[in-house]
Order: sequence, then C-alpha cells, then structure tokens
Amino acid sequence: MAKSKIRIENVCKTYEGKNEVHAVKNASLTVNEGEVVVIIGPSGSGKSTLLRSVNKLEFITSGKIFIDDEEVSSPDCDIRKVRENVGMVFQSFNLFPHLSVLQNVSIAPVKVKHIDRKQAEAKSMELLKRVGLADKANSYPNQLSGGQQQRVAIARALAMDPEIMLFDEPTSALDPEMIKEVLDVMLNLARSGMTMLIVTHEMGFARAAADKVIFMDSGEIIEQGTPSEVFDHPQSPRTQEFLNHIL
Amino acid sequence: MEASPKKVSFSKLVSVDPRSPKKGNITINMTDGVLIPKKDTHVFNSWRTTFLGAIVLLACLLIFKPDPYLQILKVCASGIPVTFECTIFAIIGAIFIGLFCGLGSVSKHRILNRISGVYVELIRGIPLLVQLIFIYYALGKILHVEGLLASIISMAICFGAYMGEIVRSGIQAIPKGQMEAAIALGMSRSQAFVNVILPQAVKIILPSIGNEFISMLKDSSLVSTIALSDILRRGREYIARTFLSLETMLVVALIYLIITLMLSRLVGLMEERLNSNG
Repeated sequence: MAKSKIRIENVCKTYEGKNEVHAVKNASLTVNEGEVVVIIGPSGSGKSTLLRSVNKLEFITSGKIFIDDEEVSSPDCDIRKVRENVGMVFQSFNLFPHLSVLQNVSIAPVKVKHIDRKQAEAKSMELLKRVGLADKANSYPNQLSGGQQQRVAIARALAMDPEIMLFDEPTSALDPEMIKEVLDVMLNLARSGMTMLIVTHEMGFARAAADKVIFMDSGEIIEQGTPSEVFDHPQSPRTQEFLNHIL
Repeated sequence: MEASPKKVSFSKLVSVDPRSPKKGNITINMTDGVLIPKKDTHVFNSWRTTFLGAIVLLACLLIFKPDPYLQILKVCASGIPVTFECTIFAIIGAIFIGLFCGLGSVSKHRILNRISGVYVELIRGIPLLVQLIFIYYALGKILHVEGLLASIISMAICFGAYMGEIVRSGIQAIPKGQMEAAIALGMSRSQAFVNVILPQAVKIILPSIGNEFISMLKDSSLVSTIALSDILRRGREYIARTFLSLETMLVVALIYLIITLMLSRLVGLMEERLNSNG
C-alpha cells in the first residue's frame, strides 16, 4: 500500500461567536505519496478551511491531522518544520510586493534554510524557468499579470523543496485567459510526482489531473472517489445537483 | 469559501485619498489631517498661493516698515534652530517609542498589548499642553532633567503614542495574506515581520511620519510656554520689552507658516517618489 503523506481524521472546525458556524464537520481523508487529490464543492462548504488547517493556518476544533505520521494538530508539533515541507499557493497569490520576483522566490530558502544567497538565487532562476518566467526575474509583482503572479507564487513555494503542495483555489482570482497557464504548471507538477491537495472550481483540471476527487458540502465530505466515479457516476444527490449546476 | 480577499475597512484608522490614482495608495492621518499639498496642476494652486502670499507679505513688511519688523524678524528667527533641534530629536524619540508601541498593540502577547494600549489611551485622553507641562515638571523633579532635553523627552513621550497609532495602522494595512504566505513558507512570525510586513508598512507610514513631523514642529511652540527658547518664546520676550504684540505675532505666524509650507511640500514630493517606485 502506498505511503500516506497527509491523513486527516475526523476533523471539525467551529467558528465560535453569536452564531456558531460549523465550517468543517467530521472530515476524514488521506492523500498518499505522489497522489493528486482535488476538493470540489460550493462556496462556503469548508474546502479552504480544511486545506488551511493542514499547515495550521487554521486551528481545528477537534480531530487529528498527520503529515508523514507526525501529528500536526498536536500542540507539541514544531509547525515551522512541517511548513518548510508543505508548499502553499493562495487564491490571492500573496506575493511580497516590495521584493523582486527573484527575491520573492529566494527569500524563504535564504531566511529559513540559511542557504547561501547566490546558491538560492541560482536555484530560483531554475524554478522560474520551469514556470516560464525566467525573463521576469527582476520585475516586481505589480508589473506582472495575475497568471504570471500565480506562477511566481508556485515557484516560490517550490523553492523550499516541499514534498507536499497545497493549492487554495489557485485560479479563482484569474481572468479566464490566464487560468490555463497556471493549470499547465500545476499539471506538470502533478506529472512530476508531487503530492498535491487542491481546492479548485476547475472541473476539467480535476478530471485530467486528479487521482481522487472529494466533494464537500456544508462542511461535510459527501463523496470521494476517482474522477470518473465522482463526475460520471455521482452517488449522492447533492453531488449530482452540484455537478448539474456547474457543468 | 472565502470567495475573494475581503476588503477590510480601515476608515477609522486610515483615510484613503479618493483622488489617489493607484490602489494601495493609503495615507494615514492622525493628528492634523492632510497637510500634504494635493496634486493641483493650476499655476496658482492653494499651496503656491499661500506660500507666495506669506513671502510677499513678509517682504513688504520688511521693505516698507523695516523699523520694527526687521528687528522682530531677527529676534524671532534666532529661535528657528531651537525649534528644529527640539522637533528633530523629539521625532526620533517618538519614532522609537512609536515602533515599540505599535508593535505592542498588534502583538499577541497580552501584557505588551495592554501596556501599549494603556499608554495610547492615557496620552490621547489628556490635552497636549497639560501633558507637556506635567512631564516637564515630573522630569525636573524626579530625574533633574531640564531645558531642551526635558522638552525633547516630553514631546517624544506625547507624540510616541500618536506615532504608535500610525505604526499600528500601517502594519494593519498590510493584507493578512502577506503574513500567511510568509509563515506558510516556514518563516517564524518575527522573521515574517522583519522581512515582509515592516518593509511594506514603512512605505505606507513614511508620509504620515512626515506629517507628524510638521505637527510636532508647530506643537513645539507649546513647549515654549515652559522651557524652550524657540520662535514663539523669542517673540513673547520681544513683546515684553517693546509691547509690539500684534506686529511680533504676525512675524512669528509668518515664520511658522513658511516653514511648515516648505516642509509639507517636501513631504508631498517624498510621497510622490514613494508612489512612483511601485
């Protein structure tokens, strides 16, 4: 059996306040090494919350999350060490606007891994080549298009040599004509054997790249299976309804 | 799902100039509102009109009635270096205090947070003149510090609170995603602060610090009521000798006006340069 990289067990997340919101209800899923898992579902279904709790950008209320058999949800876990190994790409890119593209990509290896700046920049150039943006190395983020910014953000996450990549709706803030360039980079990454957990609304991408598709609605995992199982033969009426709406 | 990055409302802390062309072009105004001249391409925009008016008026006074005015100008202008010295050192102190205070108020550390909060509330709740005099006398009594140094310290303490608020709103104006992206890369919170948040915050708050400098320069005249031999004090001493109150105060006002107008122009240029660099 393949080695599991991410294991989410019975995770619940409740936002406290006047109206308690159960963002995630009793979710369990496993991502094996080299697997691409795509989470789909309507807005507000807790997909992003679940994804963000993997590298502890959100704190879960109950349940357990393991990365490589280390429990990240435990308070003793050195989350910084884990985060070095888990790249994350955000919906709003979140590039550092005061740094050049090259500096954006190389800052984490230099500051966190204490790699020599020259060496880090050489490696960053390679990564920028890989996402097709070597010629933009000295530009600043606000001089780039959305698609280019997101590709830089992917290169920035890859610069830490992560074993896992998390994508939080990476194409939702992009104009339609830029979505493809980002998805192509992600597809290449998936083919290179990267373990990926992706929240997206791009069903075509999910079908093409995913090993497993997970459908979430109102905080619950309703259905999971291979793309053809979920897209072509959805079992739950809620999945069917959702797919009817968007396809 | 968080559909789009939410626009946080900073309206209480930050006034966003609607005329500013670019997004993220935020001006923070704490004490006196906008002192920085607005872009106005007309030859006689308000800044130029005021500045020329002040210069011309002063020149006319000196040329046509040199008898008291030349003497008054000489006396009062001798206070300019003192005013600047006090303001410059006080703002350096205020920036230091403000940095700690601002970091404290965004800190998750409960005690630090409380200390800076109480400090800001305390300072903002007491009239500036009352504080200045109180701190000045307290310094004299407890630490035996007097004169210029005491004025500088009391101004720094008073303006440190406002500076702290500027630093805080500058930090809070940085989108939350920046911190998230930095810590998701494995940085500690302090690394993220130093490498990602502060450099961006500085850019936002620099014009406000310039603004604050101008406010402080004007408010330094308050200290002259107790200690500082600055422009206003020189004028008042002159009045005491000659009883030329109206004439002297006119010159004092013109000197302050000309200085602040020049400085506000400078801050405006600085802001323009910052904005043009991306």
